[in-house]
Amino acid sequence: MIALADGASSSPLHFVEYFLDHRSEDLGLLWSHTWLSVVPVIVGLLIALPLGWVARRHRWTYPPIMSITGVLYTIPSIALFVLVPPLLGLDTLDPLQVPIALTVYSVALLVRVVADGLASVPEETTQAATAMGFRPLERFFKVELPIAVPVIAAGLRVAVVSNVSIVAVAGTIGLSNLGQLFTQGFQLSTPDAYYPPIVLGIVLCVLLAVVLDSAVVLLNRVLTPWRRAVRT
Amino acid sequence: MIRFDAVTKRYPDGTVAVDELDLEAASGRITVLVGPSGCGKTTSLRMVNRMIEPTSGTIWLDDQDTATLPTHELRRKIGYVIQHAGLFPHRTIVDNVATVPFLLGTDKKQARRTAMELLERVGLPEHFAKRYPAQLSGGQQQRVGVARALAADPPVMLMDEPFSAVDPVVREQLQDEFLRLQQELGKTIVFVTHDIDEAIKLGDQVAVLRVGGRLAQLATPAELLSRPVDAFVAAFVGRDRGYRALGFADAGTLSTRDEPTVVLGAPIPTGTDGDSWLLAVDGAGAPQGWLDLGADFRGHDTVTDELLYRGGTLATQGSTLRAALDACLSSPSGRGVVIDEGGALIGTTTSREILDLIEAHEPERQT
Repeated sequence: MIALADGASSSPLHFVEYFLDHRSEDLGLLWSHTWLSVVPVIVGLLIALPLGWVARRHRWTYPPIMSITGVLYTIPSIALFVLVPPLLGLDTLDPLQVPIALTVYSVALLVRVVADGLASVPEETTQAATAMGFRPLERFFKVELPIAVPVIAAGLRVAVVSNVSIVAVAGTIGLSNLGQLFTQGFQLSTPDAYYPPIVLGIVLCVLLAVVLDSAVVLLNRVLTPWRRAVRT
Repeated sequence: MIRFDAVTKRYPDGTVAVDELDLEAASGRITVLVGPSGCGKTTSLRMVNRMIEPTSGTIWLDDQDTATLPTHELRRKIGYVIQHAGLFPHRTIVDNVATVPFLLGTDKKQARRTAMELLERVGLPEHFAKRYPAQLSGGQQQRVGVARALAADPPVMLMDEPFSAVDPVVREQLQDEFLRLQQELGKTIVFVTHDIDEAIKLGDQVAVLRVGGRLAQLATPAELLSRPVDAFVAAFVGRDRGYRALGFADAGTLSTRDEPTVVLGAPIPTGTDGDSWLLAVDGAGAPQGWLDLGADFRGHDTVTDELLYRGGTLATQGSTLRAALDACLSSPSGRGVVIDEGGALIGTTTSREILDLIEAHEPERQT
């Protein structure tokens, strides 16, 4: 149980003091929250790339792949957190439980994005690449994927931001991340409402989402200098 | 040399795109495949680099059966230019051009140096090298497309309607430059177009295909115009065949008459002796246009540019009967202006004289 600082105010605006009083602990929560938000998106992207490529390459696989991933995305997150350990034979509260569930969401979101990104590559560009003698893998990594980056980056922004909020849900089943600030606030709110940890949780989540989103935007800019080239 | 040997492409649904095609594209020459849509011209082209695999038959590249090579190796030996250029939007112009050398593992610096030379060769300024395709016009992109196809110096080039997507003025420029480039390079080229005029302009030989992928006629442009083999080819080659055929008939040395001239900037001569048109030339003797002496020159004492009628075309001595006849027909005085290679006036001729030459020239009409 978290010890309340003496004379701590319950005003929502006192989340800064709350943070300063529990700095090392809150930074730990922030760090694990960041890790949980980012890594599943990266792993999800690595899985979504071949799946999206298949959906694009063999058009008949597109509808079933999109239906399946679409259904996965509709499973409530808390249910998925609980279901992952028995399904994969892990212990309850295994540290991989949440990242695996989040990876499933990221894959679900990114397969479509990758397939659509590859579809955004002009037909004559892929034709030309084939005719110049690119082998299929060379063509994918050197031509199609780089051109699909803007579309994929747009999807990554959604994935990473939504992950920040889904991770918080995992806090409520006892995993260490910013979601725990909400549980703490809830527990400290008897008999009287006590807001600072809740507000702090919201502020840190929003800040984290903004930072991660900006990082994706920046990465996209670095990878696509050709998009900024203005028509003269 | 590219040789199609009984090549057929039949799709699983039974459609025959190309039917038993026998065709030889001579080394160092431009062979144009032309025909209406559905005639299998693009399919035939794409079977050469195996973007499409033939159902049966063999395509030979010199004495090598193309089916025996791994496709990526085959393709790196064949330059390929397509309609919208198909440049890589994420690569700079110079890197686009260097694509195949990069694939072949050529040293990057060396590949870029070659690419720069090629850009100059296709008429693009050096500072374009660092730009991206989206910053170029359609015509400029197509030049890059040609440079890219040439980068690894392939002996063979395939061109699929490369100039169809640009406006007519740019298209003509690109065609002229392409012919000039081909004179220097002497590649073996198979060129696909639906435009018979382009086929006749560019082809050393033209293959007319009919719907269903059968070869209707393979001939030089002049022969195609003068002796279409059947009604389909005749209709496809189109109207004005006789007139266009003159474009392949050497006019020889035209006999000309001296033409009185006035130099730009000189006072406007007065008095007309029956004929009101006077040819104006510049200081170097190059014809500039016709002056209508019957016109109202209010406000002008000397012959200036703006007074001239510039509608007439010029025939260069030694050019074709078509150019000579056109010079006569387009001249307001009825006298066709003949110039030398340097652009200086030699004299004028008349349509009557040209018609006599045409009468004497056409052997087909007499047989």
